[in-house]
Amino acid sequence: MVDGTAPKAGSVSGAGTGRPGLLSWWRQLYLRSEGVRGYSLLSPTLLLMVFAIAVPLLLLFVASFWTQHLLDITPTFVFDNYLTFAEKDSYQKLLWRSLKISGFVTVLTLLLAYPMAYFIAFRIKQNKLMWIILITVPFWTSYLLRVFAWKIILGYNGVINSGLLTLGWIQAPLEFLLYNQFAVVLTLAHAWAAFAILPIYVSLEKIDRTLLEAATVLGDGPVMRFFRVTLPLSMPGVVAAALLVFIPTVGDYITPALLGGPKGLMIGNLIQLQFAKANNWPMGAALSVISLLAITLVVCAFLWFSKRVRTQNL
Amino acid sequence: MTLSGKAPKIGGLGLYAVFYLAFIYGPVLFLPLFSLNDSTFISFPLKEFTFKWYVEAFQSERLMASLFNSVKVGVPVAIISTILGTLAAKAITRYRMPGKTPMMSFLMAPLVVPGIIVGIALLIIINRVGIDLSLWTIGIAHLPACTAFSLWIMISRLEGFDRSLEEASLNLGENAWMTFWRVTFPLILPGVIASLLLTFTISFDEFILAFFLAGNEPTLPIFMWSQLRFPAQLPPVLALGSLILIASFVLVYFAEWFRRRGTHLESSSGV
Repeated sequence: MVDGTAPKAGSVSGAGTGRPGLLSWWRQLYLRSEGVRGYSLLSPTLLLMVFAIAVPLLLLFVASFWTQHLLDITPTFVFDNYLTFAEKDSYQKLLWRSLKISGFVTVLTLLLAYPMAYFIAFRIKQNKLMWIILITVPFWTSYLLRVFAWKIILGYNGVINSGLLTLGWIQAPLEFLLYNQFAVVLTLAHAWAAFAILPIYVSLEKIDRTLLEAATVLGDGPVMRFFRVTLPLSMPGVVAAALLVFIPTVGDYITPALLGGPKGLMIGNLIQLQFAKANNWPMGAALSVISLLAITLVVCAFLWFSKRVRTQNL
Repeated sequence: MTLSGKAPKIGGLGLYAVFYLAFIYGPVLFLPLFSLNDSTFISFPLKEFTFKWYVEAFQSERLMASLFNSVKVGVPVAIISTILGTLAAKAITRYRMPGKTPMMSFLMAPLVVPGIIVGIALLIIINRVGIDLSLWTIGIAHLPACTAFSLWIMISRLEGFDRSLEEASLNLGENAWMTFWRVTFPLILPGVIASLLLTFTISFDEFILAFFLAGNEPTLPIFMWSQLRFPAQLPPVLALGSLILIASFVLVYFAEWFRRRGTHLESSSGV
């Protein structure tokens, strides 16, 4: 993303005014070293990320080894929470289900997004900007409301059921629409659509068009050309899109809480429960750490696999 | 992917694009539709047309208070995260620094870690330090992700313009500070505006962090969440939700337009 070859920012005027002491030493260092200047500009942001992300995540890891009785948290280092997870089938099942649902969501989102990204990259000649904006705008707007819209659509008295009843096509509301894993997968695939399109679009846009011409000249039909040139060259975008969709959806809370019902709950709901009714914060921390580990494992396996596929193809 | 195989026919793919847009936008349109329907039940057939849910929404004190709370959090978060994002983007694009690549990944991490995990991590540390939950804690929680988004926007903006303009200014005797204000800042201003609008929207609509870190002053998404359980309370929430959707669509459309204007896309799009 960033090239390491930034040209010199130019020497700042007034170097070396000889004021004695620490200030002068710092000034000399500041003016002489580009790295020091860069990091001083970066330091407020860096401090924020350290104190609002890194330190809390570290403490989360430490807290996952604590225990809680009623309201008292005992900060001693024990493996109780992890043992509980190893013993409880229901917990493991929930994590497994979360990974599975997110996997389905990722595949569905990519399959739906790819033709759209392809369309914008290769078929749209004018107003490309407008198309990109049209695709991305919903992503920035209220996630809660977008998910809730699906509850209105799939609900017992929702759009589909009441619509079909009014038309007289069904006699009683369809109950299989809401409160299951299908509803969760559909809603998540809808909510994360834009996240998948952009990276795929960028990698398609980058493809050198002369390569496609070359393939055509050398006798590849459109289908062969797509599978042998376009698709392989767009794989970096597909991989990025897969990660961008998979990682955040594993821990999703709103969608399974609103649309999942008991059969569609995910690990995020279990984590939240530890901070509400169950009131076992250290267990919640441990579940988070386990989820992060599981996500990391899946991502590494996926990256390794996609790299292998790509190198074999070349 | 099978569809793109049939790529040469513009018709098929174009038709798919229309369906896809309908899939993205369709579901959301039911919110404004039912917000104008004179019935507490959100179902067909539609009854009379009414604005009464909008009136009710604006008369609800708790709803208005939560709306105001969201603005109180969103405005400072947008300003601070845009300043931090711009400074960091300038450092990353203009200076040679050791360890730049891992630094970038670290700064972008808030976009990747699932929100619920950041939320409980912050809840635990805030609880241990002994700070009371309030709008402040929500604001602090929103800053990292918003700053990362701002950084991302500003990097592409700073990479997008001719660097020799800055060099010329420096060579002609302006110092670094004045060069920033007289050359760099006007050029990145569209990015700054886009960043302000987008980070505000993110903070304003954010649910999961606020869910864990709200004290007794709820932000709007938290208030709406609490109302979703009561069917009788839904229509005013739909009314306000529709207004928010429309407002954020307009806001984000302008932000995206500002942001992408003058970048590489322009030449190929002819806007």
